[in-house]
Amino acid sequence: MDLIKDGKRIDGRAPDELRPIKIEAGPLYRADGSCYLEWGGNKIMAAVYGPKEAVPRHIQDSTKAVINARYNMASFSVEDRKRPGPDRRSQEISKITAEALENVILTEMFPRAVIDVNIEVLDADAGTRCAGITAAAVALADAGIPMRDIPVACAAGKVDGVVVVDLLGDEDKKGDADLPVAIAPRSEEILLLQMDGHMTVKEFDEALELALKGCREISKLQKEALLKKYKTFEEE
Amino acid sequence: MGISSVKRDYLYRLAKEGKRPDGRAFNEYRPIKIERGVIRMAEGSAKVSIGNTTVLAGIKMDIGEPYPDTPEEGAMSTAVELIPLASPDFESGPPRADAIELSRVVDRGIRESKFIQLDKLCIEPGEKVWIVFIDIHVLDYDGNLFDACSLAASAALMNAKVPNERFEMGEDVPMPLSDPPVSCTFVKYNGAIVVDPSLDEDEAAEARHTIAIDKNGDIRAMQKGLSGSFTVEEIKNNINNARIISKDIRKILEG
Repeated sequence: MDLIKDGKRIDGRAPDELRPIKIEAGPLYRADGSCYLEWGGNKIMAAVYGPKEAVPRHIQDSTKAVINARYNMASFSVEDRKRPGPDRRSQEISKITAEALENVILTEMFPRAVIDVNIEVLDADAGTRCAGITAAAVALADAGIPMRDIPVACAAGKVDGVVVVDLLGDEDKKGDADLPVAIAPRSEEILLLQMDGHMTVKEFDEALELALKGCREISKLQKEALLKKYKTFEEE
Repeated sequence: MGISSVKRDYLYRLAKEGKRPDGRAFNEYRPIKIERGVIRMAEGSAKVSIGNTTVLAGIKMDIGEPYPDTPEEGAMSTAVELIPLASPDFESGPPRADAIELSRVVDRGIRESKFIQLDKLCIEPGEKVWIVFIDIHVLDYDGNLFDACSLAASAALMNAKVPNERFEMGEDVPMPLSDPPVSCTFVKYNGAIVVDPSLDEDEAAEARHTIAIDKNGDIRAMQKGLSGSFTVEEIKNNINNARIISKDIRKILEG
């Protein structure tokens, strides 16, 4: 199967075109902050609880809050049913997600506290870690957690030798390289970066630029979603 | 979990006056919303809300060996995940006893009403059968997970297709089903018995009674839970009320 045909990708997108993205801030009743995100075939629910007292006490940090992120895939979110519970992949994603988010959260304001960030992948079609971070950032803002910026993530990669943004499932499986990136959009500092596959340095430069461009677009959607929720409140 | 004594006293006082904290009558259910086919990767799915409680059920199917005592029947398994996203009281880690009880009660309603026609899910007797995985993800916990999970499981099954194509066995066909069970849960606190408990009522509950009713109004499964008790009269009353209330829920489920 050709992944690129007449300059178009398998779903008809141009190389620098994102899949459709829909973001809703605060859909959950119980959580302190939440976000529902649809990004192409991905569906993500994120919820934030806290800051609250960290238990057991040995996980407390007397100088700052601990960020406890949990990335989890629903059993029915992938083609072959996934056994419930964390595997090594989701534990790694949880760790780098927590680290990326910790960078922007003013953790020193809440010593001995924990902020729980739960990311549930309900439907998966490649790019779930980026979608998860993007949703978690909106949920954190919705929970009123003080942050110096709202993180955003987007992947780029290479398929059939062409550098493209935001790979979907078949492009990820059959493509040549994948490069997920998360940034703090105001300064464009890199908060998360992974790569697998094979790219020349020139291709990497191109891919990173596409990922950053994607991040800038998605950052606008995040802010629109937050404004939409709180603007409705004001009008009521 | 557990409820503060102030809140419990408030619920008790209201109950004496025949009232509930959200203004419902003792036999009044919260509004139900069902969205079907919401997960692309699942064979079938449904998102169900009862008031502010929201759960998502997804069906996955795989081919496996039948159980030795039912060589010509498919198999089913039900698992409810109480993920920490849904409540500050849910923790990550292996399922605790309450999640297991919940899964088993939902499973029993479906199994005993023979909702899935397992005999039609046999591929090669004694060798190959379909296994139906019902996975239920709780997204927002505001009481009454027993009914929400059962309703989501039934709605997701009604939305499901047997994925023959993916296993190169011809075209996808609808899941072979009969009539679904409808689950109705009551809790008792300070002598009052209410249907469809909200979160506060769930936490104040001394005893819980879940009844799965079939299309004819017959009973297919029951579970009495928690350390409190019901009188025989109360149990019979609950069953009568469940028969009435389940008719309205069935209309929404089949609608």
